[in-house]
Amino acid sequence: MSDAIVAEGLVKKYGDVTALDGMDLAVPQGTVFGLLGPNGAGKTTTVRILTTLLKPDAGRATVAGFDVVRDAHRLRAHIGASGQYAAVDDHLTGAENLEMVGRLYHLGTRHSRRRARELLDSFDLTDAADRPVRGYSGGMRRRLDLAGALVAKPPVLFLDEPTTGLDPRARIGLWEVIAGLVAGGTTVLLTTQYLEEADRLADRIAVVGHGRVIALGTADELKDQVGGDRIELSVTSAANLESAVRTLAPLAVGDVRVDGAALRMTIPVAGGAATLTKALGRLADERITVRDAGLRRPTLDDVFLSLTGHETDEKIKETAR
Amino acid sequence: MNTLRLAVADGVTITKRNALKIRRAPDLLGGVVMLPIVFVLLFTYVFGSMISLPGMSYGEYLLPGIFVMTIVSSAQITGYTLTQDLQKGVFDRFRTLPMSPSAVLTGQTFSDVIMNLTSIVTMALVGLLVGWRIHSSPFEAALGFVMLLLFAYAFSWVTATVALALRTPEVFNNIATIMSFPLIFLSNAFVDSTRLPGALKPIAEWNPVSTLVQAARDLFGNTSPALPLPGAWPLRHAVPVSLLWSVLLLVVFVPLATRLYTRAVSR
Repeated sequence: MSDAIVAEGLVKKYGDVTALDGMDLAVPQGTVFGLLGPNGAGKTTTVRILTTLLKPDAGRATVAGFDVVRDAHRLRAHIGASGQYAAVDDHLTGAENLEMVGRLYHLGTRHSRRRARELLDSFDLTDAADRPVRGYSGGMRRRLDLAGALVAKPPVLFLDEPTTGLDPRARIGLWEVIAGLVAGGTTVLLTTQYLEEADRLADRIAVVGHGRVIALGTADELKDQVGGDRIELSVTSAANLESAVRTLAPLAVGDVRVDGAALRMTIPVAGGAATLTKALGRLADERITVRDAGLRRPTLDDVFLSLTGHETDEKIKETAR
Repeated sequence: MNTLRLAVADGVTITKRNALKIRRAPDLLGGVVMLPIVFVLLFTYVFGSMISLPGMSYGEYLLPGIFVMTIVSSAQITGYTLTQDLQKGVFDRFRTLPMSPSAVLTGQTFSDVIMNLTSIVTMALVGLLVGWRIHSSPFEAALGFVMLLLFAYAFSWVTATVALALRTPEVFNNIATIMSFPLIFLSNAFVDSTRLPGALKPIAEWNPVSTLVQAARDLFGNTSPALPLPGAWPLRHAVPVSLLWSVLLLVVFVPLATRLYTRAVSR
């Protein structure tokens, strides 16, 4: 199977800031590829180059066999893109928005109109089709924007943080829509800050930091590197924190993180809820008062921590504040 | 599809989109229809009742000035729409489509012509109701309207350039207001520029807005032999100079706006 998206050594600088520092990607046709990384890692810049919005300073890339710089115009007929901001017109209705996109793909008026209706139906927007987008909810706007990317049935689709800013219900709704598309054989490059999202949608995931890929693999491979769930625990005193760390260290499957100021610790564990019960039992045996305890899935920060030895820059800043 | 046909077809699509937007947005529609009506009535009755001119009514003298004022101030809508589209990522979507890159700006400026046509027709009708008359031949009158629209089209490109350089709707709105006031009021739109004092006189006489107002007055016959003839060269040849201004603005600002558009969207 050939690669639908290939990027080799992409570099992009904005003044002194290096947004991309040798980005390499290869996405086989018909698969979903997740670019996972914090804000400022270079995800959006990568997508902007691959969708011909930006020219790279160095390196080359092809999408659907077309060079993103030399064949930019021809390439555009083969891609669809949906961004972080739903790029829809507030004053136009949902149907008018999609028909306009169809006409700009040069599908012809009749075909554009039919395609718009089809998409509105499949994105559950039939009832809102003839209402101005102004009155749409955030989730509906995103669905409409995504529909706009699909008007010409492009073989390659770029989704830049498709669910950022959506409430959990709308997010899950959008995931179902995307999963449906993928089943139809479209190649998708998706960027996200959420490990859970990449896990759910992507066949392969590239973790991006500082403008390059720092880890690559399936969701399971990455999770093996990162470890499974985390127990997060806070106690009432520094002395308690010390004894808690000592008591629970044997349960950890990776580095235990201790935040002395917040009297909190994070322990990567295997075995999920059973391990949490066991941990709480041991703490009770030692008469250590626990203020709060919980089990959570690894986050992007955990991925970064285990891959690079430090947290995402944002998390570091947040902690320093 | 060849490049030109593509550019025209895409330009039409974008024009339709912008025209729809103006029709749907109450604030924009207010600027295109309501405000011009208010201008005509307010200026005719308030100033018209206080000011008298030798040989003609101030109301008739005034209306060409109000046409031009509306053209200049409604160009703000152009810039506002552009900066909003830029901020909301609408242009990013457009640029990932296989459409003609020039269509965004040609579509925008063409829809401005439709908008200005609507405003001018509205003002002319309201003007006729309150006593404004055309005293020239139908050909001259038609030429007058065409000249107003041509200038409006050229001025759209000026505003587009400013908008694409500033890039945020709020900043654009402030700057555009500051820019358009002296353009409109340091002219002969409301007063006889020959009677302005000191340095204001040459500024007003060479202001392209004055030239256009004078040309419109000449072509609609809204002048009086009893009024002093304007001394400044551009006002004595208002029709050709006004056409020249429109062409000059287009020659300078079409390429400038196009370049700024490319730069603004490829960040």
